[in-house]
Amino acid sequence: MSPIVVPRRRFGGLYAGNVRAVIERGLRATKSSNKWVVLSGFFEPVFYLLSLGIGLGSIIGSVQINGVDVSYGAYIAPALLAVSAMNGAIYDSTWNVFFKLNYGKIYQTMLTTSLGPVDVALGEISLALLRGAVYAMGFLVVMQVMGLVLSPLAILAIPAVILIAAGFASIGMAITSFMKTFQQMDWINLFLLPMFLFSATFYPITVYAAPIQGIVQALPLWHAVELIRGLTTGVFGWEILGHIAYFVVMFAIGIVFTSRRLRALFLG
Amino acid sequence: MSTPVIVANNVRKVFGDFVAVDDISFEVAPGESFGLLGPNGAGKSTTMKMVGAVSTRTSGELNILGLDPNTDGPAIRSRLGVVPQDDNLDNELRVRENLLAYGRFFGMSHKEVATRADELLEFAQLADRHDARVEPLSGGMKRRLTIARALMNNPKILLLDEPTTGLDPQARHILWDRLFRLKEQGTTLLLTTHYMDEAEQLCDRLIVVDKGRIMAEGSPADLIRTYSTREVVEVRYGSDKNAEVAPLISHLADRTEVLPDRILLYTDAGEATLARISELGHHPVTSLVRRSSLEDVFLRLTGRSLVE
Repeated sequence: MSPIVVPRRRFGGLYAGNVRAVIERGLRATKSSNKWVVLSGFFEPVFYLLSLGIGLGSIIGSVQINGVDVSYGAYIAPALLAVSAMNGAIYDSTWNVFFKLNYGKIYQTMLTTSLGPVDVALGEISLALLRGAVYAMGFLVVMQVMGLVLSPLAILAIPAVILIAAGFASIGMAITSFMKTFQQMDWINLFLLPMFLFSATFYPITVYAAPIQGIVQALPLWHAVELIRGLTTGVFGWEILGHIAYFVVMFAIGIVFTSRRLRALFLG
Repeated sequence: MSTPVIVANNVRKVFGDFVAVDDISFEVAPGESFGLLGPNGAGKSTTMKMVGAVSTRTSGELNILGLDPNTDGPAIRSRLGVVPQDDNLDNELRVRENLLAYGRFFGMSHKEVATRADELLEFAQLADRHDARVEPLSGGMKRRLTIARALMNNPKILLLDEPTTGLDPQARHILWDRLFRLKEQGTTLLLTTHYMDEAEQLCDRLIVVDKGRIMAEGSPADLIRTYSTREVVEVRYGSDKNAEVAPLISHLADRTEVLPDRILLYTDAGEATLARISELGHHPVTSLVRRSSLEDVFLRLTGRSLVE
């Protein structure tokens, strides 16, 4: 067997440059154990789209974005795509991570090898992104078939979904690393559900009074919805760069916190 | 003696105001099988974690394979095999997949991990279970798989934290046999245990640890010689009479210990001592002459009171 070479003193032993092995383990586990759970995550937004887009949409008709009329289905479909990116990333980075941290002890095992906490954090987050990207592509196909894709720029929704998932996954994992009990985990849902319902997902943000608009605009899902909606409808301005920046910053903060926490938990 | 693979010099680990490891020092030579013995909470596992470069020491010097675990964690860990106290196998993966994934964590190639996994499944006597789920395996099989996993990277040092705790006698003996083979192949073993027979079977040298400190150090035979006598006579007079008889026969032994259910007499010639007891007319209900074991040393050094 050829000797194992590990770069010495890279980032104080926090990163071994082997994110790939962590991702591989995740894919193997998905193939071996979690196939159906993963598949079920795809259908949720599709059901929402069928129910609300076709059902409710037939009553509502169309919605205006920046003065442009779009059908209700085309209005909520990108929002549901953003929500599914969020949900996929959050599920992977919270419940999945919580279980692995506290019961499966998988990270503990990984960190007895030459992997560093940064490899583990990046690997787990990449898995969440990969899943988010697969969901996004599937959902875009459904949108295309239903005639809800209004702009060729919609293809850019795929990288956008990955960015959104990255932001949610890295923050989700950072928060989960502080959680000790199932009850605490429920607090995450308490935050997610209202965010899902009120982030201009199903109706324009202009229905709110100005101060409430401000609160909604501070939340990540609003930026996600606006970003995706801009791309699939083709109606957007320079503010789209702000949405992108929001997720870049969110991702960076999450990664820093997660790596620090993993280090404190397992290499303290 | 060749350069030691582990050097610990006044290593100390403090959690808050609790001192888990209190200035311990020891050296382990390449190929040596070194044991850490001690009751629960003695600081064995904490010491193992520091050696395994997954816990940073509070103070002191620690050198593993020439490197400092505080700064070279990944490089050290790439040359160690770790068998933790509780089997933390990956239940989402099958038996062989556990080995493959673990090897990949070290950056080994796909081809290398495949070859190595098959070799180690043979070694761990699990080849016929390669595609089984991990969860339903027996305790002994899980432990063997954990050991196989720890060997994936062909480690210089294998760290075993209570390797046979919770296993039945057959499983323990199979495991000892496997570990003995590794030792013969030149792998350095560092193990913690509270089974004295295990320490006598596997360790060339050991330290007895209690409350974070080293109480004694030496080979099993050395320790028995130093802290006990060659033989022990156990006599029982019934729980109400043991304390009464003990003072009358204690002059026959180097040291006497009165327990609720029996009296222990530490002596170099057990049969002769037993004969003298009978001559004095103190016929015990039952008696036993046995060789002194590490257990006697251990109990002498760490006391008989229960540590929870």
